[in-house]
Amino acid sequence: MSWLSIILAGIITYLTRMTMIALVSRDMLGARIKAVLAYVPSAVFPAIIFPGIFISDYGTFIEVNDPKIFAAIIAIVVGYFSKNVIATILSGLFSYWMLIFVFNF
Amino acid sequence: MLTKKQLLTKGMLDVAPHMLSVIPFGIICGAIGIELGFNPYLVYGMSIIIFGGASQIVFLQLLSGGASALIAVTSVGVINTRHLLYGAVLSEYLEKLSFIKKLLISYLVVDQGFAESNKFFAKNKSEEYLHYHLIGTGGTLWVCWQIATLSGIILGSFVPEELGLKFAIPLTFIAIVVHDLKKIDHVIVMIACGLSSLLFFDAPFKSYIIISPIIALVVAALILRFKK
Repeated sequence: MSWLSIILAGIITYLTRMTMIALVSRDMLGARIKAVLAYVPSAVFPAIIFPGIFISDYGTFIEVNDPKIFAAIIAIVVGYFSKNVIATILSGLFSYWMLIFVFNF
Repeated sequence: MLTKKQLLTKGMLDVAPHMLSVIPFGIICGAIGIELGFNPYLVYGMSIIIFGGASQIVFLQLLSGGASALIAVTSVGVINTRHLLYGAVLSEYLEKLSFIKKLLISYLVVDQGFAESNKFFAKNKSEEYLHYHLIGTGGTLWVCWQIATLSGIILGSFVPEELGLKFAIPLTFIAIVVHDLKKIDHVIVMIACGLSSLLFFDAPFKSYIIISPIIALVVAALILRFKK
């Protein structure tokens, strides 16, 4: 790893952040594209959520009775009703720990 | 009308709960770099120069696995292309800023900050200094990311691995999208994205992270057409 490769990666990453904000005017996007863009959070974040639950550290699919699946379901239910970020994260983590440490899943 | 200071504080408070996942992840990210045998200055330099959690870990892992710098840099670029989508959404609210301010604020656009500021923007479109909310979310994430990765580099992985704290990452994003589960169109889009991410997980350069959002947005476009 060298400074050059890090700086290159940094420049590319910065360009991904800057391009649409600074170089593209909102008028260049049509009404239909704007309507589709309203779905961006729902269209992007599951690509982080699903692999984070269903794929193990070794890049393989987890078992159907993996504690992460149950813990994620609990977090979804708690999050849905509480509308609270801290409650969602902690309910997921605590139920995960309960399952692996107490019930030895 | 809220003042700049109020908006900044609101942004900081809105993103604060996500530190539950960002801080352990940052510590892990710093510690992994040292465990893999990289120069600590380089590992920390990434947090300032790249400033993108998942892409930093992938960068380290690819290089330690013997991949060429070209492949590692390309992968970072591919993973981070999702920022283009965030930028396209945010540009509506940042339009009035000067070019220089747009260049500066762009550096602070990160997943959780985008998610929280975008929610706030949608509800408070008329506020004059909206961008201060984004500075609040992005700035808070930046400071915490620097402290967390630096402590991981210096102290090593003092977060016990058995705790499985990496699991906090999917949980933090569940908290972000969970309230949209009551809208059936959003549920369909989420499932399209999630299933595609598993299907394309082994695609080169970690490109599932941008392939699946594109598929999901096509699904969203079809839903919109169907609705009419």
